[in-house]
Amino acid sequence: MAVAIQAPPALPRQREQQEQGLLLQLWRHIAREPLTLIFFFVLLGIVLVAIFADLIAPYNPVAQSLLAVNQQPSAAHWFGTDQFGRDVLSRIIYGARTSLILGLSAPVLAAISGTPLGVYAGYVGGWQDRVIGRVVDLLLSFPALLLGILVAAALSAGFWSMVAVLTIAFAPRFARIARASTLSLRTAPFVEAAVAAGLNHPVIIVRHILPNIMGPIVVVLTLWIATAIRLEATLSFLGLGTQPPQPSWGNIIRDGLNNMFGSAWPIIAAGVAITITVLALNMIGDVVRDILDPDTRA
Amino acid sequence: MIRAILIRILDAVPTLFLVLTLVFVTMRLLPGDPAIAVLGEQATTQQLELFREKMGLNLPLWQQYIHFLVDTVTLNAGHSFVNNFSVAQLVALNLPYTIELTIAATIIGTAISIPVGVVAAVRRGQGADSASRIFSLIGYALPDFFLGAILLIVFALNFGWFPINGGGNGLGDNLWHLFLPALALGLIKAAFVSRLTRSSLLEVLGQDYVRTARAKGAQEPRVVYRHALRNALLPVTTGLGLSILSTLSGSVAIELIFGRPGIGSMLIGAIETRDYPVIQAGVVVFALFVVVVNLAMDIIYTIVDPRIGEV
Repeated sequence: MAVAIQAPPALPRQREQQEQGLLLQLWRHIAREPLTLIFFFVLLGIVLVAIFADLIAPYNPVAQSLLAVNQQPSAAHWFGTDQFGRDVLSRIIYGARTSLILGLSAPVLAAISGTPLGVYAGYVGGWQDRVIGRVVDLLLSFPALLLGILVAAALSAGFWSMVAVLTIAFAPRFARIARASTLSLRTAPFVEAAVAAGLNHPVIIVRHILPNIMGPIVVVLTLWIATAIRLEATLSFLGLGTQPPQPSWGNIIRDGLNNMFGSAWPIIAAGVAITITVLALNMIGDVVRDILDPDTRA
Repeated sequence: MIRAILIRILDAVPTLFLVLTLVFVTMRLLPGDPAIAVLGEQATTQQLELFREKMGLNLPLWQQYIHFLVDTVTLNAGHSFVNNFSVAQLVALNLPYTIELTIAATIIGTAISIPVGVVAAVRRGQGADSASRIFSLIGYALPDFFLGAILLIVFALNFGWFPINGGGNGLGDNLWHLFLPALALGLIKAAFVSRLTRSSLLEVLGQDYVRTARAKGAQEPRVVYRHALRNALLPVTTGLGLSILSTLSGSVAIELIFGRPGIGSMLIGAIETRDYPVIQAGVVVFALFVVVVNLAMDIIYTIVDPRIGEV
């Protein structure tokens, strides 16, 4: 049997250097392919638009005007106005903020809640592992969207309950990865050495296990941002997510569908915004995966 | 092999039990009083009490749990609050539409994805391969409900080729109503499965026995279709099986867009009207779908690849 040689856990100084190297590596990978580079700047643009929405948006996204309903695109309203006379462009711009806040918070919260569970299961083993494993497997057999819809059916609709819903839907994904990574580290020489040296288990987990499983966790995290944004749009479209008048790309399409005969522009603008954002995130996510997790490269 | 299949079926029973338990826990233990949710904040204490009694919500939790399990197994889920239908009737009315949509989308998705995947693998690195990659990249990113909305606006609203809403009566009308929703879900599915077909076929094309077949002088189409594709289809079956569940969850939004009857639109409608028994039934039906599809996939693998059952 081959014995895997594990690198000892990096010293703080070394780790810092590694992380700097990581960002540089990421940039090199992104810059290598023109298409990825283009989408990187698109993504950067979307993030900036979301942050500076207050400065960029030409109108108040919730201000209604009965004098200006269902206008076609014009110099004053680039994407026209909806059935309430609201400026579609401004709603799309604020929708970017809604999408990105959710797209980041749900996977991060899921990582924070799912990872300890997986680490615990993998480290302790035994019946705890079997119970957690069974529930995680079960939750994983549901597509995230379906799980989201089913949990949202029980909760009241709203932005923060949607964050909770998606956190529940994503957490098992992190638990599984964390469990698998912990399991392989449990018997690694440096962990066994730490046990032999008499360190107690919480210290071993925090000092030796967690730093070494962050790679796969970060990969999963970046991959789920795009999914979170798509699910936010879908749930808001179904009326289970962001509630009007707060703009979200999903509820813009929902409003647009009720106003199909008035103007199709809100639907098209919001749909294209979702597609481009998810596309850009998927491409950058692939690059991150290639760097941090070369084994799974397609 | 029959033994392996039986084991899988038996193994699904505790899973089913666990699913129902989770549904119960989610519906009862999460914050929010169903009585207030249904009757509204203004309801009097008396009204709330009456409602709790009628729904059995004042019983101890373990009794509610037993009632819930018994009611689910005996298909006795009570009556809708909003209309006079029994919940079982509502499910029976809506279920066929969701099933036909899922099946039609799977057929369309398979019909598109396998040829696209084969061409992309055979012409690796050429124009057709790039085109299929772009198709997949966009398909991964495009929300199915947005695609549905575009198809609806272009082909139903502007060209008037297809109906704007409803499920249709009679076979021909039914298929006519089915086409656009199924196309929307099928195209998204094809984006996933065509990629899978391509990578799976590429892997098989690199195997020794494919080289042997070529060395024997077999014609290229024969090599691809007889030797390679057959063996490449097992992972594709897995992908198709998994995609059935995402198609099912996608059907919720698609049903809403096309104004189709179905379990998804039943569930969303029930959430909007706070029709508690119907919400619960919709959730149970979807959960059962997941368990049944996973079980069916397990059984199919056991049949397709008997080695899996031996473990």
